[in-house]
Formats: sequence, C-alpha cells, structure tokens
Amino acid sequence: MEKAEKKEYSPAVIGWFLCVVGFVGALFVGWVIFPALLYSSMEQPFPFNHKAHTENAGMGCDECHVFKQDGFFTGIPKLARCMDCHESLQGKSEAEKKFQAYGQKLMEEGKEIPWLVYSKQPDCVYFSHAAHVKMGQQKCETCHGPIGTSEQPRVYKKNRITGYSIDIWGRRISGIKFNTWDRMKMDDCGECHDKNKTSNACFVCHK
Amino acid sequence: MNETQFRLKYGMVIDLDKCVGCGACMVACQSENNLYVRLDESDKLRSTTWMRLYRINNGEKFPEAKFSFFPRPCMQCGHHTPCVSVCPATATTVDEEGGIVSQIYTRCIGCRYCVAACPYHVRYFNWWDPVFPEGMEKSLSPDVSPRMRGVVEKCTFCHHRLMKAKQKAAMEKRRDLKENEYITACTQACPTGAITFGDLNNPEHQVAKLAARPDAFRLLERLGTEPKVYYLTKHDWIRKLADNYLPEEDFRNVKKQKH
Repeated sequence: MEKAEKKEYSPAVIGWFLCVVGFVGALFVGWVIFPALLYSSMEQPFPFNHKAHTENAGMGCDECHVFKQDGFFTGIPKLARCMDCHESLQGKSEAEKKFQAYGQKLMEEGKEIPWLVYSKQPDCVYFSHAAHVKMGQQKCETCHGPIGTSEQPRVYKKNRITGYSIDIWGRRISGIKFNTWDRMKMDDCGECHDKNKTSNACFVCHK
Repeated sequence: MNETQFRLKYGMVIDLDKCVGCGACMVACQSENNLYVRLDESDKLRSTTWMRLYRINNGEKFPEAKFSFFPRPCMQCGHHTPCVSVCPATATTVDEEGGIVSQIYTRCIGCRYCVAACPYHVRYFNWWDPVFPEGMEKSLSPDVSPRMRGVVEKCTFCHHRLMKAKQKAAMEKRRDLKENEYITACTQACPTGAITFGDLNNPEHQVAKLAARPDAFRLLERLGTEPKVYYLTKHDWIRKLADNYLPEEDFRNVKKQKH
C-alpha cells in the first residue's frame, strides 16, 4: 500500500506562522474588538452644523462660545442663545426649520439641549480657557481641532468604565498622535506647557 | 534638598489676640472645600477639619488661669517640607509659584506617610467615602474636587480661589494679582479680621508687614520647616506653647536661627 506523501513543514516555519497569527490576532483583539466593547456610541441630540455657522454665516467661534467678564468660559451656549437668532428663520434650509421646532419645544418645556461634550475632563482637572486663549493666545483648533468646519457632529464615544469621552484618550486607539488635537491626556497638556515654558507644577492643572 | 525659590510666597498671619474663637473660619473652610460631615461630628478625633481651632490654656489655676484660641490651617512649609519629602507617589509637592503645598488626590496611594510626617497634624486620611446628607450635595462647590476613600487631604490655602483670581487676571491680560484679589475662605470669613493673607515676599502687602513684626512667630519654628503661617500675640505664655522651649530659654530670638 502506498501512502500519499504528506508535505512536511519545518518546526521553524510553523513557529513563525503561529507567532505572526498570534501577533495579528492580539492586535486585532486589542485595537478592534476591545475598543468596540469598551466604548459605547452615542449620537448628539441634534446634528449641529458648524460649517453653516462659520463659513456660510461668517461667524467666529467667540460669537457663541463666550467668556464672562471674570474669565469664566461658558462652553456650549445655552438654548436661549441659539433661539436669539433662530427665533425667526435665518435661511431656507430644512435643518433650520427642524431645529426651530426642536428648540421651541424644549423652550416650552424649560429644558436645555442635552449636548454631549467631547472634551469634558475628569473632576480632578482644572482648566482655564481664559489663561490659554486670552493670555496664551492659543487658537481653538490647537486643542479642539477643525471642529468649526464640520458639517456633522461626530459620534460621541463614551468609555463604559470611566465614563469619559474617547477624545481624552484619543480617537486613534493606538494612541499615536499626529496633530495637537488628537489627544487630551495629561501628557499632551504637559508637552505644550513644556514647549511654551509654562509651569508644569501639579497644582497648575489639578484641583 | 534644593528648593525652588519662588517669586511669590503666599502666606498668612493670624493675630491670636484678635481671635475670639467663633469658629467662622472652620465653617467657611468646610463649606468652601466640600468637606463632608460625619454622622457623629461630636467625635473630634475622626472629623476632618482643614482649618482647626484649638483651645489652649496656660495650665495654671485661678486666678492665673488663661486661655486662648489657636486656628491651625496647613502651614505650607517651604523648607524640607516634611510631607513632601516622605511621599512615595509624588502626590504632594511644592513646585508651583506661590509655594503652596499641593495635594493631588488622584495620585495619592493612601500610605499615610505624610500624615505621620506632618508635625502640625494638618493632614487627614479618608477612611470612608464621603456621604453628604440628602440635599447637601447640591451645595457642593464645583471648583473643588471631592475626595474619595483611601486618600489624604489637607488645607490648600483655597487654591481654587487662586486659580479663579488668575483666570480673572488672564481675562484682563495681567500676570500679577493685586493684593487681596486672592484670599482664602477663612480670611474672608473671620469677623474680627484676625487673619491676613497675601504675598510674604512683597513688602507692600499687609501680610509681609505683619510677619516682620517682632511679636510674630511660627509653630515649631526650630524644626526649620519655614512655615508660611505666622501668628501674632503679645502674650508670652502663648508664644512659649508654640514650641518646646526649655524653662530658661530665650524664645524671642528663635527666628534668627538658620538651618
């Protein structure tokens, strides 16, 4: 009886093959499966169009995102501020009509739009916009990226364990950073502070 | 140990002869800094008080008996800071302009070396998670982060008030703060004006003038920790209690000693 000849691989080849498969598999688990499980995806309550405001209507960031006199930064404007302009229709778009109906409904209920804040920092962090924008002359884009030209809000991804937005860790799960706005971790703040010869003392940013 | 020399040195002068022991500083401190209230606050061994009012006496019998009150915040030691030198986690440092001893709760590992090291007993360990009576959490200050179980906390000279003052200055494009633009909650609350706060390095500031007075002294001065909290009193017996003096020792010249 003649036995069909089996092709034999050397142990080294099998070893390398398993190594590569294991490595790629581990990367896949770490960079695709784990983040998908770790982060929950949430949509913003209304698809806000920054571009329509900045480019089409020619507004600047500081027309809605304002400072108070004592330096307090108000962040995302309140609904009343939106409705100041959108009380009457400014254009002919469908989106605006939708927003007006949505806004008026909320106004009657006495509620605010439950925006999800991408860059919300943990409780132990103190951040002053006035120190960075007014004193340090930093641009909004340096930390927030080109959000002013976006037409659609990004999907808000929330870490199921910590409750923080993925923007803090960085949207690239590998942690590789190409732009200054890619991550908002402590090291990223420290890096810029180092560069600008600003103090990196603990209490400068922590509370 | 080489210390950074800061341009600003925030400090406090407490006039013990003006202190009436009302405890307003303690209350102001507790509400300002989100200190939690224990179920049994009468147990003073376990209550957390960043600013603590001690009652001291001269140990004599009537008619020589005398007593006084002694408010004690964190001394913000500027030299060989005992808590900083023992911290294994770099959770507490003196590295910021102004010389305030920082305490980063998220970095603290709860080993309590600093509690043992501090000669002034200003540090408190959180044995429990804070539980606020119902409704009280609404009155918490968003400027101060609450502490969790397992970390150490202490007076920070109301550091968030410094941040707020700096933020206002940044808005007006000023780097330097004016006198009294930044004061602590206890300073503001004191009804007799016994507490003065400001920059000890600035001779224009009231606090620097008071600290230079001959009757100004500091707690356990001979340890060489260079506290930034000065006390004023005209009573020798109080001054003698502030350090372990020998009966015949000249306690008035202690400031001149160098370390």
